[in-house]
This record gives sequence, C-alpha cells and structure tokens, in this order.
Amino acid sequence: MTQIPESKQKVKFYQTGTFTVGNRLLDAEQRTVQATMDRSNSLDSGHRACQGCGEALGARFAIDAAMRATNNQLIAANATGCLEVFTTPYPETAWSIPWIHSLFGNAAAVASGIAAAMKATGRDDVRVIAQGGDGGTTDIGFGCLSGMFDRNDDVLYICYDNEAYMNTGVQRSSATPGAARTATTMPVGEDPGNAFNTGKSVPLIAMAHMIPYVATASVHDLQDLEYKVTKAMQVRGARYIEIFVPCPLGWGSVPGDTVKIARLAVESGMYPLFEAEDGEVTGVTKIRRQVPVGDYLKTQRRFAHVLKPDNAHQLAQLQAVADRNIKRFSLTTPEEA
Amino acid sequence: MLKQVEGSHAVAEAVGLCRPQVISAYPITPQTHIVEDLGAMVKSGEIKGCEFLLVESEFGALSACIGSSAAGARSYTATSSQGMLFMMEAVYNASGMGLPIVMTVGNRAIGAPINIWNDWGDSMSARDAGWIQLFAESNQQSVDVHIQAFKLAEQLSMPVMVCMDGFILTHSYTRVDIPTQEQVDQFLPPFSPRQVLDPASPLSMGAMVGPEAFTEVRYLAHHKQQEALDLIPKQAAEFEAIFGRDSGGLIKKWDSDGAETVVLTMGSVIGTMKEVLAGMREDGHSIGAITLRSFRPFPTAVLREALKDAKRVIVFEKSLAVGMGGILSMNVRMALQDHPLKVHSVIGGLGGRPITRANLRRMFEKGLRGELEEPHFHDINMDIVNREIEREKSQWKSGSTAENILQDIGVVAAAKTI
Repeated sequence: MTQIPESKQKVKFYQTGTFTVGNRLLDAEQRTVQATMDRSNSLDSGHRACQGCGEALGARFAIDAAMRATNNQLIAANATGCLEVFTTPYPETAWSIPWIHSLFGNAAAVASGIAAAMKATGRDDVRVIAQGGDGGTTDIGFGCLSGMFDRNDDVLYICYDNEAYMNTGVQRSSATPGAARTATTMPVGEDPGNAFNTGKSVPLIAMAHMIPYVATASVHDLQDLEYKVTKAMQVRGARYIEIFVPCPLGWGSVPGDTVKIARLAVESGMYPLFEAEDGEVTGVTKIRRQVPVGDYLKTQRRFAHVLKPDNAHQLAQLQAVADRNIKRFSLTTPEEA
Repeated sequence: MLKQVEGSHAVAEAVGLCRPQVISAYPITPQTHIVEDLGAMVKSGEIKGCEFLLVESEFGALSACIGSSAAGARSYTATSSQGMLFMMEAVYNASGMGLPIVMTVGNRAIGAPINIWNDWGDSMSARDAGWIQLFAESNQQSVDVHIQAFKLAEQLSMPVMVCMDGFILTHSYTRVDIPTQEQVDQFLPPFSPRQVLDPASPLSMGAMVGPEAFTEVRYLAHHKQQEALDLIPKQAAEFEAIFGRDSGGLIKKWDSDGAETVVLTMGSVIGTMKEVLAGMREDGHSIGAITLRSFRPFPTAVLREALKDAKRVIVFEKSLAVGMGGILSMNVRMALQDHPLKVHSVIGGLGGRPITRANLRRMFEKGLRGELEEPHFHDINMDIVNREIEREKSQWKSGSTAENILQDIGVVAAAKTI
C-alpha cells in the first residue's frame, strides 16, 4: 500500500501546551502570516464574536493568509451565520476586504458570480473566497456548493465547521457528531444527543467532484492552516477547505480552551487533517501523540452525558469513529524513511 | 433589421446587443430557448466579453447574478414558473441590495397541478419583491423593453423583470425589427454601478439592518419605484427618438379615450382583444382598452387620468389570488378608489386556457349588460366544478381534485377543450 505523505508542514514544535512560543523561535521567513507585522488584518478587532470563538480565529488566519497569497487582490462572499452577524451589523464592519453577504444558502453561487464578473471584466488577478459555517455549507448551501464544484469555478470555499447551527441557538446540522447535545438533539431518552450513522463528510464529497484541491485544517495548527490556504490560492478552479473551529457557547467549553480542544479533536482522531488533489488524498497531518477520545469529549458539556457509565456505549461509538478516521487516513502510521 | 424569428431568439439577440457580461442560466420551460440561444451566442463569440454560467438551480442562477452584479458586471438571467419560486429568496435579496439585474420571465402557471402553459402566477408571486415589472405585449416589444430594462435598472440601481407570456410570445415566430449595435450603444451606456466590490476600495455589502433603519430602507425602495414612474416614460421617449418606435412607457391606450367601457389588461392578450374590440366598436359599442406596460411601479396617477371619463372598467387578468380574487383588479380598484366607475374583475387564461375572439366577445357583451359575476372566471365550465363539489360532499376519500376532473371530462373531451 502506498504510504500517504504527510502535509508539508515546515516546522514542528515541541508540545508545550500552548504552542504560542514556538513561532518566535523560527527564522523570519518561516514564521506564519499571523506572526508578521504586515499581515492584512482582514478581519479586524472590534467585532462581536464570543470569547474564545474558533470561527473568528479561523477566519482571520485563513483570510490573512489568502490576502498574502493574492497580493491583497481578494473579494469574499459570506453566508448568513455567526461570522456574518458578528462582523458586520451596519454601519460597522470588521472586514477590511471587499465583502458581500447575500443569503444563507447561496455563498458559493454568489462567489461564482463574482469570479465570472472578474473574468468577464479582465480582472483575473482578483481572487474570490466564499465562506460560511457548517450549516450554510453542508446543509442549506449544499446545492450551490456542489454546483460551484461541478463547474470548477475559480473560487475557494472555506467552511468554518463548529458542528451545529450556532447563530440560531445551537441546533443540529449534518456536521454534528454522534451523541452531541444540541438544542434539537437533547441528551434525553435512550441514546441521548445526536443519532449515530447520520451526517456527511463534505471534504470527501468535494473530492468526489474531482476538484483540484480539498483540505481540512484546524485552528490549533496555524502553520498547517496557512500552508493549505496559501496552496489553495496558488491553484485555479474550485477549491474547498474545511476548518475545525470550536464554539465555546455551543459546545459548553471554556473560552480559553478553544485551541486546546481543536488540538485534542485532531490528536484523538475525531477530526482528521488531510489534503487532496484532483480527487486523491495527497497528504495527511499525522497524529503526533494520540489521545483517547474521552480526553477530547471531557472538555465539552455537549458530551457530558457520554462520560456517564450508563452511556459507555456512546463513548465506544465515538472512539470507533476516531479509530475509523485514523485507519482510513493512516493518521498514526509512521512515515517511511 | 427585420427578421422572422422566434420570440425567444429575438429576446436573446436583444440581450446580446445590451453587452451583458455575466449570464447565468438554469433551464425551465418555456424560458429555455432564450438561454439556449444566448449560450450559443456567447460560445460562438457573437456576444463578446461575457461569461455564461450553467448553474445548478434557479436559486443559484439569480445568486450568481447577485455576485456578478455586485462585482460590477452587467448581469442577466431568465426563468419561469417554479423557477421563479425556487429563486424567490434571491429575488427579494437582489432588490434589497439594489442590484440592477435584468431577468426575463417567460410567464407560466405555478403547480400543483403541474402545468407548463401560460398565465401570470409566477410574476405575480414576486409582485411585492421590489423589482420593476414590465409586461410585454408582442415580440417586438419584448425586444425593445429588454433594451430599456437594462438602462432603467442601472439608472435606478434596481432589478427589472421583463414579463412575456410563455409560449404565446416566447415560442411564436413573428416579424421583429432587431436593432443595430450602434443604436443600442447610443441608447445604453456602459454599466457604472453605484457601489461595487473592488479590492481597491473595500466595502461591506449586505450587512444587517435593525429596526432603527429598516423602515427607511424600505421606504426608499418604494420611493425609487415612484421615481421610475417618471423615468420609464422618459426612457421610452429616448428610445423612440433613436429606434423610431413607441415601445415602452407605463400604459398603452387602445382607442380608450372617450370610451364608456375600457378593458384593462397586460401582455399578449391585447393582440386578440384589439380585434374583438374593433369589431364591437364597428357595431356601435363605446369600448376601448388600456394595457399596463408597467405593473411595478403601478402607474396609479396615469391610470386615473386615462380612465377619468370611463363609466366601466373590465379588468382582464391571467392571475388569481386564491381566497381573494383578481390581483390586477385589486390594484386597479385601489388606484381608482374614489372614481365613480364600475370595475369588473375577470380572471381567464389560467394554465394556458385559450382566450378566443368568440369567448372574449361573449364576455365583453356580458360586461356591457352588467351581468359579470364578481369575480368572473372567464370560460369556466361550472358543470365540471359542481360535479367535483358534489363528489367531495358525498365521499370523504374523494381523491385528487385534478385527477377527478380529468376522469370526469375524459381524455378525448379534455383534448378538445384546448
């Protein structure tokens, strides 16, 4: 079997628990865009996101990296959702890039239209990003998203995945994991929380469209995230990146733990990081120190019931999900020398 | 240049002459021929500098136009019927953001029961959506109104719907004078948007507005449509000066001045009506017609003036607000509320029911005698209706109304009614 190579992460840091120190130890040219003084601050301070919002972090990381990669020639279309609401109520805006919000389910199509306008008016240097949460992407925006993939329109779609409809008050989406408590999957009755064997993997569905680039990323791994966004902007055609963004409010987690929780999701195998080109997986981010799924779950009240003895079967089911991811993407297999 | 062409092809040529930069299309009968022809014209290079997007749905079609128009490209799409309903969220969004998109609606009934033929159910479902709605009477006028629509939309920063009767206009071959590129260029300047997505001067579009300003935002949309009441006739005059045709404006009078009875309608049915009315005038009846060319904005003042001497108005429309009655007639009654004249509401042509000279004349004569019910359903077969009402009374599990009626009529007899 062909060994899937690890993604091109330049440097790895010793896990001190925060990672914040690591960037400063690097040579200047290896530092992240976020670490530079000339980052674009595309999503500027003063917005209304909750404390510890993973989506605000993810959007800032991704858009700043995309701005760097496109020489600041960027337009973004945004789906309805937290990101739209907390960044813009008129007359204020936290965006320093041209930005449009139209509807919940049409960000991909709006972005396709912008890309077509750029082509028609001879401004091919201006690149287009569509962005939305998991509800706006995997559910209501799915038709337009698939259409954008199908036409291979020159758009990078970024999904900030916090695994439920947070803006409307934490309801289940097709990205909500099994057993998770949401306002529409309450932890009551038998098998409390969200049902297992439901949901979908949009990254894998994106790959089935044979688009040039698909990747998953996480807010805990800034180097990897910026590398993937930068790589995506170097490609023409339809691209998809899903970024794992913990939501303290919806998940019942400590705001200061957002980055840590994101890391535990990846290190437990619950959220595999990989990239794919033209429908084939071309790289994975290996798990460096595997943790049991319980370590990830115990950081979040949405899984509190799973850790009770009565629901041990749910814990086993979630561990099986992680194990399956680890096997499928070879997340723990050592690289060949 | 005079051509004998299909209505859809004529519209495609007209749109092409307007130098569109982004066209998005999703197929739905009877709009299909328009976007098929445009696709071929973009691919062959007949339309230059234009991107043609084949989208996954009507919702995607108009959403793509929202993006392209916001990014400064002249944008066009077309739809019909269910397609209009499927894109409805984007219909309101495009006007709310003031994006000057032009959309053709090949007017078709809305199901269930599914029906591909002509009525105005689709356009009427969007009558409050903040778009300008212009109704074309002929294929020549469809061509001319599209050219005016782009100018009007861009002048006002407001989307425009050009409504043309499905099949009756979209699929009929008639003589059409297709303008030259020079004429269109003289009339229609390049698109210069009031706001545009541009990295050189970033702005945020489509953000939230709360109770503190929503009323004013809505009022200004209404105000803008009132401005259109002045702009539409002005642009029609400019159009006439360049193209030599009276082909636009708010209303069109068909021997209505001085007539005691005035028939008020929209769209292609005037073609049949004007022959019937000419015959009735020859027989000594004082009767004329007025067509509304602009339904939104509704030309209240112009209509009141045009009907000031009339004693009776017969509003004929291919639309029905179920549970209320005629939609056009409601609008007319509101416009004429303190006029001392009788307004009859006639609903006909639903789902493509033929409107013939003979049945029109019978209905008009009934109107002149004051015998039209309120509202009057033109050419309805009440025997069929009553049998179904009886069936529903006598058996609880009465099944599908639509199926029962057709079982009742019989397939052969049903075919004969059309």
